[in-house]
Amino acid sequence: MGSNHIMAVSDMNQPVRLRVNGADHHLDIPARRLLVDCLRYDLGLTGTKEGCSVGVCGACTVLVNGQMAASCITLAVAVDGAEITTIEGLAQDGRLHPVQQAFIDYGGFQCGICTPGQVMAAKALLDINPHPTEAEVREWMMGNLCRCTGYYKILESVVNALGSKQGATARLGESD
Amino acid sequence: MNDFQFHRPTSLAEAFDLLAAHGDDARLMAGGTALVNQMKQRLAQPGHVIGLDGLRKAPGLAALAAIDPAADYHGALRIGALCTHRQVETSLVVQRQIPLLAQAYRQVATPRIRHMATVGGGLAHGDPNQDPPPALMALGASVVLASAGGQRTLPVDQLFVDYFETALRPGEILTSILVPPPPPNAGTAFIKFLPRTADDYATISVAVVVTPGRANLCQEVRIALGSVGMTPVHATQAEARLRGQPLTEDHIRACAAAVADEVDPLDDYRGSASYKREMAQVLTRRALNQALAVAGKPQGQR
Repeated sequence: MGSNHIMAVSDMNQPVRLRVNGADHHLDIPARRLLVDCLRYDLGLTGTKEGCSVGVCGACTVLVNGQMAASCITLAVAVDGAEITTIEGLAQDGRLHPVQQAFIDYGGFQCGICTPGQVMAAKALLDINPHPTEAEVREWMMGNLCRCTGYYKILESVVNALGSKQGATARLGESD
Repeated sequence: MNDFQFHRPTSLAEAFDLLAAHGDDARLMAGGTALVNQMKQRLAQPGHVIGLDGLRKAPGLAALAAIDPAADYHGALRIGALCTHRQVETSLVVQRQIPLLAQAYRQVATPRIRHMATVGGGLAHGDPNQDPPPALMALGASVVLASAGGQRTLPVDQLFVDYFETALRPGEILTSILVPPPPPNAGTAFIKFLPRTADDYATISVAVVVTPGRANLCQEVRIALGSVGMTPVHATQAEARLRGQPLTEDHIRACAAAVADEVDPLDDYRGSASYKREMAQVLTRRALNQALAVAGKPQGQR
């Protein structure tokens, strides 16, 4: 990961246009630049974290055209022209996204490294399924690892992010 | 990762031209989940990467990312090579007509990877530990391989020739797969044995399609396994032990035992070769029994 941003100028650079959190960026970068490095080093959006570097742990999850993607195994050049959403793009007008608020309200994080990826994955789910059951959340989020193992609080946060259907706080084990 | 040039062809003709121009120095990429990881580990160091993703939206190429009936292929489904695993898994047509396929694609890695990885990319990768190949083999599916000179159709049985090596010739692109639905009274099952974590590669995977006939005789059976050696394996000798025989526990057991001679598993941290050889038999027997338990019920209502 570290070596990718050292070479600022290369004869292999290629133009890449990304729309990140609503802002257009025109970049001239090597084709080998990973999306996670592009976001962090070229654009300064360090909210996206890199964990395993092989697409397994989910820490680097961002949305590419609305769908979750592992930015550590995505070439920036391969998503030229795409709309990218990162954790920095969720809050609107100073108000946290409901998923972010739920992670605070329900204590959905400990050390925080996996949190941006967890939140992005949860947002992707809630965008297509606003009231998921606990089982649906578990299946969707299986690829987001938390090494503090704070899974129950994360589940509780996501299940309650948009308010439960009953208007009351949903507890785990009651939604299956 | 080494430096390379990235190309984004907007037509298949342009992709064929790029393949011809750069030969061995070029690699095709769709979702990138396999190739980017290989490049990060320097297992692949192409000078040119040809990104096929853009072809999804190219004029006249919508079929590359669609699941449609294949009009000229006996009711088979044609699944475009740029369909993601997620598309196959969530397709109502696939779930209804070929639930075995939805099951197999649903077991690959995690939802995030399944949103990225494509059907064509997964098969062209030639990884013997993937879940879809055994299912496709058991279903008798074929791949369509296109090149500048035309196209050919190849049974998935013949696609995998060695470890991460396929029958694709230089200049060819896998453009779709053709999957015939199983006979209406057939039972199907897919078992992925996962002793470690849910997103892992299989220790052993087995797919079976079994069709009971008159007097409880086995009319037809197809068995294929993954993670059992250098390539996925279509267990034709085991099948021959059951075809035409009564579908009793003894015959099912004999058939499953015959799988042992057709697999050549590798020792790794998912298990020793002898353990995997044993589990291949156990899981084949379980898969046959599971499939027979649902045989006769309509596909997709099981």
